[in-house]
Amino acid sequence: MDEWRIPLGDWVESFIDWLITVLGPLFDLVGTVLKETFEGLQSTLNFAPAWLMIIILAVLGGLARNGTFAIIAALGLFLIALMDQWEQAMLTLALVLVAGAVATIIAIPLGILASRSRAFSNAIRPVLDFMQTMPPLVYLIPAVVIFTVGVVPGIVATIIFAMPPGVRLTELGIRQVDAEVVEAGHAFGSPPNAILRQIQLPLALPTIMAGINQVIMLGLSMVVLAGFVGGPGLGQQVLSAISRIDVALGVEAGLSVVILAIFLDRVTAGLGTRSTVARQKEAA
Amino acid sequence: MSAIRAKELYKVFGRRPEDAVRRLREGESREDVASSGVTPAVIDANFEVPPGETFVVMGLSGSGKSTLIRMLNGLLEPTAGEVHCGDENVTTLDAAGLRRIRSQHMSMVFQHFALFPHRTVRENAAYALQVRGVDRRTRLAKADEALEMVGLAGWGSRLPAQLSGGMKQRVGLARALASETEVLLMDEAFSALDPLIRREMQDQLVELQHRLGKTIVFITHDLNEAMRLGDRIAMMRAGRIEQIGTAEEILNQPANEYVAQFVQDVDRTRVLTASAVMDTPRAVVSDTSGPQAALDAMREGQVNAAFVVGSDQQLLGVVGAEAAASALQRSGDSLREVLDSKATTVKSDTVLVDVFDASARSAMPVAVVDSRDRLVGAIVRETLLTAMAKLRAGEEAAGTTESGTQPDGDVSEVDHG
Repeated sequence: MDEWRIPLGDWVESFIDWLITVLGPLFDLVGTVLKETFEGLQSTLNFAPAWLMIIILAVLGGLARNGTFAIIAALGLFLIALMDQWEQAMLTLALVLVAGAVATIIAIPLGILASRSRAFSNAIRPVLDFMQTMPPLVYLIPAVVIFTVGVVPGIVATIIFAMPPGVRLTELGIRQVDAEVVEAGHAFGSPPNAILRQIQLPLALPTIMAGINQVIMLGLSMVVLAGFVGGPGLGQQVLSAISRIDVALGVEAGLSVVILAIFLDRVTAGLGTRSTVARQKEAA
Repeated sequence: MSAIRAKELYKVFGRRPEDAVRRLREGESREDVASSGVTPAVIDANFEVPPGETFVVMGLSGSGKSTLIRMLNGLLEPTAGEVHCGDENVTTLDAAGLRRIRSQHMSMVFQHFALFPHRTVRENAAYALQVRGVDRRTRLAKADEALEMVGLAGWGSRLPAQLSGGMKQRVGLARALASETEVLLMDEAFSALDPLIRREMQDQLVELQHRLGKTIVFITHDLNEAMRLGDRIAMMRAGRIEQIGTAEEILNQPANEYVAQFVQDVDRTRVLTASAVMDTPRAVVSDTSGPQAALDAMREGQVNAAFVVGSDQQLLGVVGAEAAASALQRSGDSLREVLDSKATTVKSDTVLVDVFDASARSAMPVAVVDSRDRLVGAIVRETLLTAMAKLRAGEEAAGTTESGTQPDGDVSEVDHG
C-alpha cells in the first residue's frame, strides 16, 4: 500500500515552507503586532492589584447584567486569587481578549460579505467547516513553524479556531432582518452602506453578539491548548500539572478556567440582550 | 404633464426574460409563455396618473400589482417599457439617480408597515429626511408635524412595538408624508389591518388627500377599498390591466366578462353617488321672486316643493306648497321668510346609501349641491327607488352571464364591509 500513499501532508508542509519564504516579513509583522498587543494588555491587567481588578470586572459584570451577578462574579474571581492563579488567569484573559478581538474584527466583515453575496457565502462555508472541525491542536503545528514557540502561535491558532461562529452568526443575523424593512430603506433612497449601518447591523446585533459570545468561548477553550506551544497563562499551569501528575494544581488551574469562562460568557451574552432591539422585543 | 406614466411596461421573472417579452408582444398567451418556465408578472401595462389623483391598482394575489408598483420607483427593474416620474425617465436612471428619485419624488407605504423597530416613532417618521441629509432638528420637527397630521401627536418617543397595528401604519404613513414627496406609493397599505381600523384609515387618507393633494398610487385586493379611495381604478388580472376607469365606469361599463363578474357583488349603493341618480330640479325659484312664482313653478313641475336659490345658484332652502300658499294669503311675505333653510341636502359625491338616510328624514325632495353649495340636482323618493330597481335588475343581468367561467383567484377575499 505504501506506494499508493498520497503525500498530502508533505505537500502542505512544503506549501507552508514556501509561504514562509514568500510572506516571511508579513508574518514577522503580524507576530510582532500580536505579541506587543498581548504584552501591553497583560501588563495592564497584571499591573493593577488583584482586588482592584476584581472590583473592576465585577462592576463590568453588574453593568452587563445585574447586581446579583456582580456579587457572584466578585466571589468567583476572588476564589481565583485565593488559589494563587490570579496572574496566570490575567495572562489567559489577555490572550482571549486579543485573539477574540482580532477574530471578531475579521469575522464581522466576512459575515457581512457573505450576507450580501450568495457566491461568497457558498465559497466560505466549507472553509469555515474546515476551520471548525479540524482538531484544534493541528493548527498549532504550522503556527509554531511560522511564528516559533511562544505566545503568538497560540493567539493565531485561537483566532483561526474561534472565528467561524462569528462569520456564520453575522451572516445569519443580517439575512434574518425583515426583508420589507430593508426594502423600506431602499424605497426611501438610502444608499446600501447606510442601510447596512442604520438598519441591518442594528437589527442583527443580538445575533452578532451571540456570535461574539461563541468566538470568546471557543477562544477560551483554545488558549488553554496554547499552553502546549509555550503560551503563558492557565494553559501552561494545566500542562505542567499533567506532566507532573499534580492533581492539586490541575484542579486549581482548571477551576480558574471555568470561572473565567462563565464570567466571559455571561458578560458577553448580557451585552447582547441590552441592545435596543432586544429591549423593544421585550416591550412588545 | 402626468405625475406618473407607465408605457408598455413588462416584467418577466426567470431565464431570458427578453425572449418572453418578445413572445408576449407577438400575441402569445401568458400561459403559453409561462409554460417555458418564466413568470410574466406584468404584461404591457400602460397608464398615466395626473398630479393629485388617487390611482388604485386593484387585483387579486398573483395579479402582478405589487410588481407593478415596485417598478414605478425602480425597486424592480422593468424587463421592457418605460416609467416616467414627472419629466424623468425612471427606467434609464442609474443607482444614484434612482435613490434621488425615491428620496425626493416618491415615497412608499408598506403592507406590513416595515417600520424600523429599533428607532422611535419620531425617528421612523424622520427617516426619509435623514436619508436626504436634513439636519436633525429640522427633520424631527417635520416628523412631529407629519405625526400630528395622522393623529399620532405625542407618540413620538415610543417604539413601534408599543403601538397597535393601525397606529403602526399611521407611522408608516407619517414617514411617507414627512418626506414631502409629491408621489405616494401605497402597497396594500391597509390590507393587514382589521376591517374597522381599515375603514378608519381609509377615511383618514381621503381627508388627508383633500388637504394635501398628493399623487397616490394605491395597491389593493379589496374592491370596496378600491371604489372608496380611487379617483380611477385599474383592474388587473394575471399581469394585465383589464380596464382603467372611475368606480362608476367600471360598475356600469365593465370592459369584459372578468371585470363584470368581479364587480357584480359590489354593493352599488355604496359606490354610486348622488350625481348618478339625480334629476334636474323641477321647481327652482330665485329668492327675489315671490310666493306666487314658487307656486307656479311647482304646478309647472308637478311637485309639491320648490328649491329657492340665491345669486350664483346658491341653495338657500326649500319651500313647500302649503307654506307658499299661506305666504300668498298673508300677501307681502317674501319667499325668504317662509323657506325652510334646513332643507335636506347632500353633496353630489355622496354615496347612495347616505342619500337614503337624507331622504328618509324628510318628505321634501333631497337637494344635491356641488362643492360650493350650488344646486345641481334633486332626488325625490321615487327617483331613488327607481334607481334602486334598475341597479337590482343590472345585478341580476350580470348574474345570468355567470354561467361557466369564474374569475381567477379567490373572490371571497373581497371585503364586503
